[in-house]
Formats: sequence, structure tokens, C-alpha cells
Amino acid sequence: MNWKAFGAMLARDAHVARRNALQLFFQTFLQPLLFVFIFGRVMVGSGYMPPQYKSLLLPGIIAISMTFTGIWAVAMPLIAEFQWTREIEDRLLAPISMNWIAIEKVIAGLLQAVVAGLVVLPLGWLVLRPGIDIRIGNPLMFAVVILLVGGFSACGGLALGCSMNQQHIGLMFSMVITPMIFFGCTYYPWSALQNFPILQKIVLVNPLVYASEGMRATLVPQFSHLPIAGVVAALTFFDVLLLIVGLRQFEKKAIS
Amino acid sequence: MGVGIRTQDLRKVFNSPPPTAATGIVMRGDAKGSKAAKTQILAIDGISLEIYAGEIFGLLGPNGAGKSTTIGVLTTRVRPTSGQAWIGEHDVWQQQAEVKRLIGVVPQRPNLDFSLTAREILLFHGAYFGLGAKARSERADALLEKFKLTERAHQMTRGFSGGMMQRLSIARAMMHDPQVLFLDEPSAGLDPQTRILLWEIIREYHQLGKTLLLTTHNMEEADALCQRLAIVDHGHVIALGTPNELKASIPGGFLLRLRFGKQTSDLMDRLKVLAGVREVKASDGIGADVYADRGGSLIPEIASLAASSGAELSDVHISEPSLENLFLHHTGRSLRD
Repeated sequence: MNWKAFGAMLARDAHVARRNALQLFFQTFLQPLLFVFIFGRVMVGSGYMPPQYKSLLLPGIIAISMTFTGIWAVAMPLIAEFQWTREIEDRLLAPISMNWIAIEKVIAGLLQAVVAGLVVLPLGWLVLRPGIDIRIGNPLMFAVVILLVGGFSACGGLALGCSMNQQHIGLMFSMVITPMIFFGCTYYPWSALQNFPILQKIVLVNPLVYASEGMRATLVPQFSHLPIAGVVAALTFFDVLLLIVGLRQFEKKAIS
Repeated sequence: MGVGIRTQDLRKVFNSPPPTAATGIVMRGDAKGSKAAKTQILAIDGISLEIYAGEIFGLLGPNGAGKSTTIGVLTTRVRPTSGQAWIGEHDVWQQQAEVKRLIGVVPQRPNLDFSLTAREILLFHGAYFGLGAKARSERADALLEKFKLTERAHQMTRGFSGGMMQRLSIARAMMHDPQVLFLDEPSAGLDPQTRILLWEIIREYHQLGKTLLLTTHNMEEADALCQRLAIVDHGHVIALGTPNELKASIPGGFLLRLRFGKQTSDLMDRLKVLAGVREVKASDGIGADVYADRGGSLIPEIASLAASSGAELSDVHISEPSLENLFLHHTGRSLRD
């Protein structure tokens, strides 16, 4: 394993992220903050939502932000680089095995997703307070969940980015991302689906469900949530599955 | 100690259109089950080459001959369907990281990192290859200077002209001082001035004992730069040798392309017996390609012979020994077709 080349590729991605910091900031944080403001402040403040909705909402918003950031950070550059700019060639010719080039992309995406989560948390809290009851009871478990969520989003980005053509980006959002978010127990807990028993079972194939429920379990355990051991197991399963699929798709794209 | 390149029976069949320029022979596979017949493209078909350490070797051929695919296989980017390739002692497919350390690649189409400035492209490339901060900074500045890009060093490359992108691609490929440099159509789209700069740089790099493999469909370039050449067509090597050897292998050396108002049956036979004529090939029904030891001095004889056969000579083109003629002799087609 060539750690120097691996480190240099991470440094390259960090450099590019720094250069695009402002754009990345708005892309990552504007939507969740508006969401938190409208649903947490306006709807709760006007009495359409109960006050405790504030605490229920924020973990789901963190999960969406992380998932979206990780997928975007990995998939978008890969789609463009494989398809028309071929920019990635330079890294494919670096003296490092191909799997590690893909893993570097995953690590870079994971780090961005974790940063997104760790920034949306206090920003959301600032927008929603007072009356929001959120605390990190078990920092270690929170760290595990946040890493696994970042991992699944980045691995998902790898798998999607290496399976999609540029002309299908719009389709990716309407067919994959949007249903994932709405059936991801992001704006409501999984237990809220109990009146829709079939749907409640079906949504369990959506990894975002475990991300949202994991955030709830570690940040707002006062609400009902899936058992944390199940959440960790499911997230680990999706991390590994999407990584394997992503690496395979990456190789298909990289070598003709 | 230089590093050579070897291939043995390389074969590549693409099951879907390849991303590069390869447009080899299209074959229709047998339909299996309910699936529709798959289009298969035979890009290279049994290429065996030995390129010596420290030589400039050229692959010459028309578009779609299999040149880029051969380079793709040698640079770990294309998986061969069968056959083997080595860079130095390293099997290209089995020891990819070692091979990648030895080679530098200039692609046919620039693939610069658009998120970085020109200088950063060189610096990060150096870092991928483990160069220390000071070494890569010095080398990047030296290469920018050499390729006349110093003024643009801190600009993003998106707005660069084709020639500038090509120069930067070559500088990038040289950044880690590779033992073997691959250049895929290096002078395509370059203005004459930049082409001369490029040729100088290629020769200079060769002086350092490096091995260079370049592809081209420009005979002038192949003739001027390469010590040895392989002429490639439809995925096969059809001739191999030094430019002079190859040119000497054309019968007679001179090629006279003739066109007649009409063709008569005995004309071909009568052309063959003219003094100095080595070979006559009919072309397009009303023409003939005559390979001969002499050029212009044959014309009066041919003209009177044509007149006496009732086939009026309508057009003559004489060319001296060249790689173009060689390609034509082997394939019956012009390189430019």
C-alpha cells in the first residue's frame, strides 16, 4: 500500500474543497437550515406542530445533510471525470492499486459528510432554540453512528457515481435520492409508520432509515427509535455492501 | 540502465465501444438465448513487439488501427483479452503499481485536472509519485519554464488552448522522471512551431537514456523522430523496422500512381515489362500503381504505351520512397483514407 500517493490524493481533494469552500458551504448548509427554520420555527411557532417536533426534526435533518453531502461529494466528480473530462486518469496512473484510488474517494466523501453533520448539529440547534432538547449522551456511540452514516453516504456515492451516466443525473435525484429522503424516516420516526405496516417493513431496505433512527437514538433517545444495536448492524451492512458494489463499478469504469 | 517494452500476442476485443479512439474491426457475435447479438470490436489482434531500452519507437497507422488500444494495454488502462505485456521485467497486468512508477503517459485527448492550476497539476502529480515538497516544486518550475508555461503557472487550465493543454500534459508526464514515456498522437492539433518544440523535447528526453513509444498517423513525424517503427493496420503489425529499412522494402522505391481514360486488358502486362518497373497493381478499375526504380523518366514510355493500347493517360502522380508508399503497398489504402 502506497500511503504517500494515498495521502497526496486526499490532499488534492482537500485542496479542491478549500478552493470551493463558499460554494460547498451554501450547497451543504442552506437547505437544511431553511428546512429547520420553516418546520422547526415557523410551523412550531404558529402552533401547527407540537413544540417537541423541534427535537424530533433535527436528527433527521442531520442524517439527510450527511447522506446528501457524501453522495454528492463522491458521485458528482466521478460522473464528470469518468465521462467527459477524464480528469481521473492522472490518478489512475499513480503508482497505487485501483481499489485504493476508489477508497480515497470514499474517505474524502466520508470526511465531508461528517463535517456536514457536525456543523448542521450546532447550526440547527442555534436556529431552533429555545425549546429544543438535544444532547449527546454517549459520545462514543454517537461517533460510531456518525462515521457509519458518513460511510454509507460516501460508498453510496461511489456506487451511484460509477453506475450513472451524466444524462441520468436528474433521474438519480428523482428516482433514488428523493424517495430515499421521504421514505427515510427523516421527518418522522420509524414508529410513526405503524399504521402502514407494509410500508413500515418495506422502508427497512432504505439505509437512510437507519441513519435517521441512529441519530435519534444517540441525540434524542426520549423519542421511540429502532434499537441502537440493530441500527449499527444495518448501517455496517450497507457500508460494506455499497463499498463492494462501488469498488466493482469503479473498476468497470476505470478499465476498458 | 534503460527499460524496454515487450508484448506477446496481445489481443483486445471490446464488447462495448471503447472510450478512446479505437474503432477497429466490428464483428457480430452469435446471439445467445434471447439476447440480441452483441457488437464486438476487435481492436488489436495478436500484436507482438519488442521495444529496446532507450529507443524512440513509433506505432504508425491510420485511425482505428489499434495504436491507442496498444498504448492502453501497456499503460494498465485496457485489460487485454489475451496475451501479455511487460515494461522492463514487470508484467503490466500483474504488477500494475510497479509498472505505473516506470511510465509516463501523454494521452491523445488532454485530461488535465480542471480543479487545479497548471502548477498545482504538476505538484500533485509529483506528490502522487512520492516526490518531496522541495523536489517537486523545483521540478514543476523547471518544466513550466521548458514548456513555456511559466506565465500561466497560476491559472486554472480550463481556459487553456489545445496546444497549451498538450504541453502541460507532456510536462505532467515527465514530472516524475519516468523511464518510459508513452505519447499518443503527441502532435495532433499542434501548430508547426509547437510541434518543433515538442520534437526537440522528445529528442532531448531520449538523450537521457529513456525509452519513448509514440503513436502517429503522420509519416513525417514518424520518419523524423523514430528509430524504429511498426506499421499497424486492423490490429496487426504489417511491417517493422527502421524508417530507412521500411522505405527500402518498397519495391523499387518510387511509386507512380497512374489514371487512364479507360483500361485495356493488355496494358497491365505491358507496363510490367518496362525497364525499371518492379511491380504493377491495378487500382480502381481505371488506374495502376507502378512501383519502379525510377520516377519521371518512365513517364514518356508509359504515355506512349498507353496511347498505343488505346488507353489515354489522364493523370500521373510520382512519389519518392516514403512511409506513405509503404503503407499503400501493404494495404492498398492511403494512410489518410
